[in-house]
Amino acid sequence: MGAVAQSIRAKLSAAFSPTRLEVEDDSARHHGHAGSRPGGESHFNLVIESPHFEGLNRVQRQRAVLAALAEELAGPVHALSISARAPGEAA
Amino acid sequence: MTDIATQQQQIDDAIAGFIAKSIAENPVVLFMKGVPDQPRCGFSATVVQILDHLGVEFAGVDVLQSEALRQGIKAFSDWPTIPQLYVNGEFVGGCDIIREMFQSGELKTLLTEQGVATA
Repeated sequence: MGAVAQSIRAKLSAAFSPTRLEVEDDSARHHGHAGSRPGGESHFNLVIESPHFEGLNRVQRQRAVLAALAEELAGPVHALSISARAPGEAA
Repeated sequence: MTDIATQQQQIDDAIAGFIAKSIAENPVVLFMKGVPDQPRCGFSATVVQILDHLGVEFAGVDVLQSEALRQGIKAFSDWPTIPQLYVNGEFVGGCDIIREMFQSGELKTLLTEQGVATA
């Protein structure tokens, strides 16, 4: 796993104590697109399941995830696809 | 305030006014990169496809026409990314949220409840 992916994983783990967390580097599929970088780690797909998301709507959940990753988004990460769920919710 | 700061404030106010007018005058507005017939970003293209699939009439606003608009829409909604979909003046979400809502049927339900015709 790359350094950016590790940092994303660490920050999300600390902020949300997720019951499920997948961090997929999707940069290869965006090769040559806006924001892509030679080393990859510019585009990520996240799947995160956490009890913290209970009672929050979709916009609030994404805002919370984006806030936790503000540093990465201001730097190397160009695009994030986020699926944020509370435990027990259908995918 | 310096002249430059004053001018920047006037630009910000004008952009905020333009955004407010756009979402007041059109029931469904998509702030996107490119235009609906030619999106210039995969995420914008996805939302256009979904809206077209549902047969929704919408106004597309190309944020690449203006850096001030591109930044202004992010501040307006406190949302860091584009595309952004508004229905009857309310921010609904970006690409991930619209895709999830489409797949679960919630988007169609929302549009129907909001009185926005779908095919």
